[in-house]
Amino acid sequence: MTQLKPIIAEIENAQLRTVPNFIAGDSVKVHVKIKEGEKERIQIFEGVVIARKHSGVRETITVRKVSFGIGVERIFPIHATVVDKIEVIRRGRVRRAKLYYLRALRGKAARIREKDTRLTGAKGKGAAKTK
Amino acid sequence: MVGGIIGKKIGMTQVFGPNGTVVPVTVIQAGPCVVVQRKTSAKDGYEAVQLGFVEAKTPKRVTKPLRGHFEKTGGGTPPTRLLREFRVTAGDDLPVGTKVLVDLFAENEKIDVIGTTKGRGFAGFIKRHGFGGGRATHGSMFHRAPGSIGQSAFPSRVFPGTKMAGHMGVEQCTVKNLHVFRIDVEKNLLLVRGAVPGPNGGYVVIRKSK
Repeated sequence: MTQLKPIIAEIENAQLRTVPNFIAGDSVKVHVKIKEGEKERIQIFEGVVIARKHSGVRETITVRKVSFGIGVERIFPIHATVVDKIEVIRRGRVRRAKLYYLRALRGKAARIREKDTRLTGAKGKGAAKTK
Repeated sequence: MVGGIIGKKIGMTQVFGPNGTVVPVTVIQAGPCVVVQRKTSAKDGYEAVQLGFVEAKTPKRVTKPLRGHFEKTGGGTPPTRLLREFRVTAGDDLPVGTKVLVDLFAENEKIDVIGTTKGRGFAGFIKRHGFGGGRATHGSMFHRAPGSIGQSAFPSRVFPGTKMAGHMGVEQCTVKNLHVFRIDVEKNLLLVRGAVPGPNGGYVVIRKSK
């Protein structure tokens, strides 16, 4: 049985793509490929990452934004072929991994403080540990 | 041309489809297979080939009759653990020792997968036959009982075949019209859309759908 898993891992790892380092609380721009008939265009979904789930090819992010006063959330499999690229535009300082509490908040209350990365200069998960 | 191949279920995973959808697939190690015996209508009464499933691990002990059977191939094929027959037409030129590989299938082709289902042991009627059982609360005194299994003084017996609890699983099961998602001739892999019967590591027979 032990030699069964590597084959699955190989198929899954072949689909992995390089994604920037980011965690929940960061603001991102997700470039989504959209097919309209023959033509293909890119649509950008910009918002706050409120959850990052699963690992490997199954990894997904939930991005939330408020559009015309209505909260909109989209879940993207980050290794999906429809996702052209993910851009990190802002690092947030948050104290939990899942920011579902933002759903109940509006306006000023729903803001996230920006993370101070002046000293660390580091990005993403590594920076979260250094104060 | 042989219409099928022997395989081993590796497990399930997900891949991204051409239009960006997530597709659940079963990975099957299909082949390489080798023709061990060619059966003809003149000699055996029907036309078929007997395929052996060549695996990385060859069986350590082979019974004497089986050893003799493989020696008849002229020593070309070492004994395999699994032998299965596939019907062919009379004119097909498939001498002993011919290799049968996954390339006999094409992507998006429809296939049938035959396997042995996972054993469930002695299963109740709810799992085995999909009965509903009774309600759990509100004074119910009928929870997981099958209900009536027949009539009264006439016929005074339970009819054979009445759905009741009993052994479930470990039986042959054919799943028809599955789609081939991808083939990998180099690694002898077959990615089939959806689930196939049996546990990971179980043997399956894959044939073209009629």
